[in-house]
Amino acid sequence: MSSIKREIISKLVFDCINQYQEELDNKIDISEGEQTRLFGGNGQLDSLALVSLIVNIEEAIETELGVSLILADEKAMSRRTSPFSRISNLIDYIEELIIAEG
Amino acid sequence: MTDKLVVLITGSRKGIGRQLSEYFLTLGHQVIGCSRSENDLEHINYTHYCLDVADEGAVKNVFSAIRKNFGKLDVLINNAGVASMNHLLLTPGSTVDKLFQTNFKGTFLFSREAAKLMQKNRFGRIVNFSTVAVALDLEGEAIYAASKNAVEQLTRVMAKEVGGLGITVNCIGPTPIDTDLIRAVPKNKIEELIAHQAVRRMGTFGDVINVVDFFINPKSDFISGQTIYLGGVFK
Repeated sequence: MSSIKREIISKLVFDCINQYQEELDNKIDISEGEQTRLFGGNGQLDSLALVSLIVNIEEAIETELGVSLILADEKAMSRRTSPFSRISNLIDYIEELIIAEG
Repeated sequence: MTDKLVVLITGSRKGIGRQLSEYFLTLGHQVIGCSRSENDLEHINYTHYCLDVADEGAVKNVFSAIRKNFGKLDVLINNAGVASMNHLLLTPGSTVDKLFQTNFKGTFLFSREAAKLMQKNRFGRIVNFSTVAVALDLEGEAIYAASKNAVEQLTRVMAKEVGGLGITVNCIGPTPIDTDLIRAVPKNKIEELIAHQAVRRMGTFGDVINVVDFFINPKSDFISGQTIYLGGVFK
């Protein structure tokens, strides 16, 4: 997979976050870019907000990239580093799943 | 309710699903229906999909089409269901698979995809179908009642999980209504069942529509996780 693909995924994730921000009372501080913490530890999202964001990202991936992915399955939950802890981890995980999809 | 709603009804080809489809079309709403086979219902505001409600890929395709064509979903009515009456000792495993696939898995798949779409507007109404056989522990209906009990449990837990997204999830448990679902049930069994009801008569489509109307009313945003049995049946 080329680096361009990762850039596309990164843009898609940030677009979803920015779009989702409009609904939130407490905005996500994304000044740290891809290092922004999302969930768990010092994450900025509660569980319901994370669910909504994942649903929006899954839909965007399907619409814009034509790939149907399930982001939050047992595989994701059992990883040592959660794909949802930071934006960078989420982008890496999506990239990994897309490569696995072929 | 004056806004045009987008309503999805499973098992819309006949019986309660057909009646509900015609009812919502009469009110001017957009109705999307589905069943295993083609539907002869023709209306400018009606769209039909042929699928097995337990086929995850097919269900996802329907929701992609709804998202593309209508951009939203307001109401999901999980009406599709199959029944089976048999003594437990004579029930093949394949019956268990079939009933749980359609009654439980189908309800789950449609509810999950519906909630994904509904959460965007922070509004949604999901109505599931149970049966009085759950409350009455009817002999001969162990598998059917168990599959519908699973639907009731799903209703309650899902209501909690999506309550914060503006979505309510409720369930209706009809008494016998004159549909194909009970056509094979002996008359004396129906009479025995009706004898357990506080209001002793057969149910009607109007009885079902009345409860569905109550659940989907925007004013019912404080009603979720509930199962209402018709006919004055209670646990």
